Amino acid sequence: MSATEIDRTLQRVAHEIVERSGGTSNLALIGVRRRGVPLANRIARAMREIDRVEVPVGTLDITLYRDDLSKVAAHPVIQSSDINFSVDDKDLILVDDVLYTGRTARAAMNALFDLGRPRSLRLCVLIDRGHREMPIEASFVGRMVQTSDSEIIEVKLREIDQDERVILVDRVE
Amino acid sequence: MLWIKNGRVIDPATNIDAKLDVLIDGENIVACGVPDDIAQLAGKNRGAANTTFDATGLIVAPGFIDLHCHLREPGGEASETIVTGTKAAARGGFTAICPMPNTRPVNDNASVTRSIIERATFAAGVRVWPIGACSAGSKGESLAEIAAMKQAGIVAVSDDGKPVANAKLMRQIMDYCGSLGLPVIDHCEDVSLAAGAVMREGETSVRLGHRGMPAAAESICVGRDTQVAALTGGRLHIAHLSAKASLELVRDAKKRGLAVTCEVTPHHFTLIDEDVAYDTNFKMNPPLASREDRDALLAGLADGTVDAIATDHAPHEPSSKAVEFDKAPFGITGFETALALGLQQLVHTGRIKLMRLVELFTTGPARVLGMERRIAPGQPADLTLFSTDHAWTFRSNESASKSRNTPFDGREFKGAPMATIVAGKVICRR
Amino acid sequence: MIPAAAAPPLGASAAGENLLGNSVSYRFSHLLGIEALTAEQITFLLDQSKPFQEIQKHPLKKLATLRGKSVALAFFEPSTRTRISFATAASRLGADSMNLQAESSSLKKGESLLDTVHTLDAMKPDCIVMRHASSGAPDFVAKHLQIPVINAGDGTHEHPTQALLDALTIRDHLGHIDKLNVTILGDIQHSRVARSNIQLLGKFGCRFTLCGPAMWLPREIERVGPAGCEIRRTSRMDEALTDADVIIVLRVQSERMNEPSLPTDEYVLQYQLNEERLALAQPGALVLHPGPMIRGLEIDSAVADGPQSCVLEQVTNGVAVRMALLYLLTGGEPSVGAKKDSPSAGD
Repeated sequence: MSATEIDRTLQRVAHEIVERSGGTSNLALIGVRRRGVPLANRIARAMREIDRVEVPVGTLDITLYRDDLSKVAAHPVIQSSDINFSVDDKDLILVDDVLYTGRTARAAMNALFDLGRPRSLRLCVLIDRGHREMPIEASFVGRMVQTSDSEIIEVKLREIDQDERVILVDRVE
Repeated sequence: MLWIKNGRVIDPATNIDAKLDVLIDGENIVACGVPDDIAQLAGKNRGAANTTFDATGLIVAPGFIDLHCHLREPGGEASETIVTGTKAAARGGFTAICPMPNTRPVNDNASVTRSIIERATFAAGVRVWPIGACSAGSKGESLAEIAAMKQAGIVAVSDDGKPVANAKLMRQIMDYCGSLGLPVIDHCEDVSLAAGAVMREGETSVRLGHRGMPAAAESICVGRDTQVAALTGGRLHIAHLSAKASLELVRDAKKRGLAVTCEVTPHHFTLIDEDVAYDTNFKMNPPLASREDRDALLAGLADGTVDAIATDHAPHEPSSKAVEFDKAPFGITGFETALALGLQQLVHTGRIKLMRLVELFTTGPARVLGMERRIAPGQPADLTLFSTDHAWTFRSNESASKSRNTPFDGREFKGAPMATIVAGKVICRR
Repeated sequence: MIPAAAAPPLGASAAGENLLGNSVSYRFSHLLGIEALTAEQITFLLDQSKPFQEIQKHPLKKLATLRGKSVALAFFEPSTRTRISFATAASRLGADSMNLQAESSSLKKGESLLDTVHTLDAMKPDCIVMRHASSGAPDFVAKHLQIPVINAGDGTHEHPTQALLDALTIRDHLGHIDKLNVTILGDIQHSRVARSNIQLLGKFGCRFTLCGPAMWLPREIERVGPAGCEIRRTSRMDEALTDADVIIVLRVQSERMNEPSLPTDEYVLQYQLNEERLALAQPGALVLHPGPMIRGLEIDSAVADGPQSCVLEQVTNGVAVRMALLYLLTGGEPSVGAKKDSPSAGD
């Protein structure tokens, strides 16, 4: 995906979320660190500009909820989560860049449910690359891409990578 | 006869420093002189075979004496026995050692003294001259049976491990020993200032969180003892002196003509309190002192204020030292590293001459005990042969001692004892 | 994702939330004291404590992060607060704790420290948190065990987690811990808290004034801080408190001295931190106390409960700091290359 394609996709997804949410007063976006965060911010901006709705954005670090920490030699650095509103009774949209095995989404759900009791929780991703290992599905998908296990999807966003595109590369052993 | 050839004889008693041969017959020295003269005397010995010992490159000195050591037997045999201790002493070049009385039972009566001496005759061949307790049980309350012990063979008295805290008792001991011709050796420590301390008080102890004792804990007691010596006219010897302030008091006492002597251990002229962290091999009493103290000791060793080097060999079995610093007993071993440290710290650095080092190991200690030590006809054939340049590394697990508590494991040295001769027999050879 | 070994520290390293670039992770095999840590490592530890501060505010405070791991709590010196703090930290991370308490331990029956620790180790904990009355005991234990050792206080040497939680508390209030005037009151000579605080804040350019009865203010304490650290001693409270930004009040330790202590009324008269004396410090100066406080002795109730007191916050931050340490020190198996299901590969 090129930069313009990414932008257009996000605009479309933002619109879709507003349409299919039956009212936006309880809506909130949660960006999963790292790249879910700028995506969530951009979606929120699109909602503000096009649909004239203000939707709060929070950021979530799921490091402590990963299921593979015991396999990592040095525990990874944790960033803080930053959700300055209550999640109780909210319709949350979890935003991330790529949906793959589903483990990150599982960890994010655990984290959110430790914070309170959302009314609903849906997943929004830029890319769905298949190969699920959990019963997880995204309600809002930018693009579906068929991939094999030997490939990696690399998402580059200008806020983090000083570049903007999505590419499919072969995994280097 | 035993003919020691090609060695360099250094004898402080006669001030000889020359390439001379020494001839030994049985337990005594027969002659010391130029090779031709010795050859003549040796030739006269028809019938019996002559053994020669080639001492090329070695110093031939009178047999070393260690005024201060702990053999732990009776009672502490897990850490050392008279057999293992004398073996280690022989390796260190010592021909005579003076074990302190803090055994179990305390050596405060003739029968313990006799049993120690008897044990020693079946040991490594090093002469064992026990030091008896000053007070009964070393409790510091009443006099021990000093005259009886003298008959049994003690050469001095001490309550080492503790000071004689009561000044009146110290006076009595000094008076009594004066009449018996025995020196009184005091472990100088003010018990209240030293209470609970595990090292010298200073920047290091504050940083490490260890309770420390100030130098004054030693020097206050030295001051008291020198004044008691002045009162009584007795012979006072300060054990393991470690502080500059103590040295100055001894210097002053000597100037005033008092019979006060002192000894310094190799670890006190080598290491300082900054070398301590949490390794119990650096824990002893008196503790490693400040840089200033060490420098003062080095000066005192050079200018004659210090009379002797003594090891204070204090073995402790490994499990007793493998504990938190606070709980570890005080003490390190010392027989096998003493000479090498003396050469490294004092002679190779140019601080003192070889003659002076030999004095510190021979005539110095002998004088404290009121004895002679010299290489001359008729004298006992006790000799220490050593090299000043043999390169070696000390490994604690190769020590002849039962214990391994030393801070010098792995230390590289130039110079070592090469052969130890007691009563004409070579009891140890490297 | 993150380099396993300590890399050159980031330049201007901001607080954890703002780090979006490659984060530098430090490996620690033990936490025996603050003296050996660099300022960058300390900042890293404080930053890593922040997420755990947040967790404390959640309705559900329990994580499964260290599930299946066990933490041995070997407290050879009586301690309620620090032990409970570590136990809580372990539990909130989902770890189990094994509890050894000195009063009821085999140590009383003459077992050596080494044997006790080897016995604990044989039960395979993932790390050991140790408090002991002998300076250097955790150092000694760390030499004999393969697992990480966290020092929860050794003799009069160090209490590193206390210094970290104090620094975190100060940083939260003042925004930084650089170049502050820090006054420490009380029995400095026997205080491991004082030493650790000096080591930590001293690395950030703080200046120290140590105040207490003269016999508890050893001369040498002025030189045991990090290089270049300014430390001065005084026995006068007015001198000590003027211009102070942070005041740390120490407990009077009767159990560590084997000597007569000062009569209580004397101490109160000369050294108690009361409102009048507190007013001499900078306005808004922070009051910290490692606890437990003896109200009416070293600190007046009005000050302890007053607006400048951070005492309760210290306790909360203590759990956060200890959670961060347990998280960082109980690493798992070494990983081999990037895994398919690790977040860096995109999930």
